Amino acid sequence: MIRLSIQARQALAKLTLPVLIAASFGLMLLGKADALLAEHARMALADALAPIYAGLAEPLAGLRDTIAGATDLWDIQAENAQLRDENERLRRWQSIALALDAENQRLKANLRWIPDPAPSYVTARVVADAGGVYAKAVLLSVGPNHGIRKGEIALDERGLVGRVTEVGARTARVLLLTDLNSRIPVILENSRAHAILVGTNGARPRLTYWAEGAMPQEGERVVTSAEAGAFPANLPVGTVHFSAANVPEVVPAAMLDRLEIVRIFDYGLGGVAAPEAPGRLSERRER
Amino acid sequence: MARADETPGIRPRSTLGRRLDIAARHAFPAGCTILLMLLTETPFGIADQAALLPAVTLACVYFWSLFRPAAMPPPVVFLIGLLFDLLGYLPLGVGPLTLLVVHGLALRWRPVLSRLGFASVWLAFAGFAVGAAALGWVLTALLSFRLLPFGPALFEALLTAAVYPALAVLFIRAHRTMADPERA
Repeated sequence: MIRLSIQARQALAKLTLPVLIAASFGLMLLGKADALLAEHARMALADALAPIYAGLAEPLAGLRDTIAGATDLWDIQAENAQLRDENERLRRWQSIALALDAENQRLKANLRWIPDPAPSYVTARVVADAGGVYAKAVLLSVGPNHGIRKGEIALDERGLVGRVTEVGARTARVLLLTDLNSRIPVILENSRAHAILVGTNGARPRLTYWAEGAMPQEGERVVTSAEAGAFPANLPVGTVHFSAANVPEVVPAAMLDRLEIVRIFDYGLGGVAAPEAPGRLSERRER
Repeated sequence: MARADETPGIRPRSTLGRRLDIAARHAFPAGCTILLMLLTETPFGIADQAALLPAVTLACVYFWSLFRPAAMPPPVVFLIGLLFDLLGYLPLGVGPLTLLVVHGLALRWRPVLSRLGFASVWLAFAGFAVGAAALGWVLTALLSFRLLPFGPALFEALLTAAVYPALAVLFIRAHRTMADPERA
């Protein structure tokens, strides 16, 4: 250690703060100039932390389930009756669906329809919320040699979740469809009109740019569109709901606030690069 | 410890255990800040959990800058800010700048603030929380070239101000007992 006079040491101590503030501005410039650097640092940190979070996730989920189970005991009878009712209704729908499916297969066979290739997928556990104050995303723990690439599509058991934006050695980050940067081409199922689903960081993304005269209807189902080659057609996204301000929004089919396990599908699409989250401009330059 | 030799007086022999004890007490503020930051990212399944990270980080940096600046020097604040950026998925540099500004202002106003009561320090912190959220909002918007909604920033400021008393009560106790280098 170099011996300095007291005055020199005091001067140095006074200089530290301004120098570090200047360094933060430098860091901002560096982050803008080389966005991949930040992304790599983030994913390296996520890779290091993911096993800890994955280890903690199970006991925490157990605790949550115990608490939820205790509250469920109160209204178990009413719920049972409701479920029996629903089961009956679903059974009727199931027979209709099976009949329609068989008919569909027959018609497709008659038309020499080329079936869509069956996509390959991997199932992964959600280990942490990878969003920030201005982002909605989740972190998935995937094994090494997972083969997941940017732009692949995440679905839970009910519908579309989002797209993979960053991939680490053992983790992948999925930007949710509710994120501010998310834009998804969709089709309104009744009118078959195209629209764009715009994330707002809120629970319900907004519908915009629908074709003139094809106003979205309350309760109408919304599915993905194959336009631009970013998504395959007909993945369930959600249902239309008009907000109090009469803005058409979509209630996502996926349970985005309670994601536990998602499937990452590789449809072999490369139409549009994954959306940029704040602070990242990497995609285009990387290609 | 070179510093210990500068003050006269009788003190226990400087054994390894004692030196470790002193080092641990010095490292407590930064260590518990980082640990709390990692804890806020644990999947508890709370709604809007992402806003906890800025709240906890800002409360820690403010408290220790005010009451034990020696254990929260600017380089440590910078590193905490960097971790904050990486964990919170913010553009790089936003965290260090915000936290360093909070640290610098807290140090500047320390002579006044440290003599005030708990409620006044909390009130001052609420001001810091609003300022930090606003600065973070402006910087993030500038660096990502888009207008961001005000809602999350406002919620962040409110949550930050609300989290402070709970953390401060714990820190005040730690400050007087286990984190006090004089008691080693």
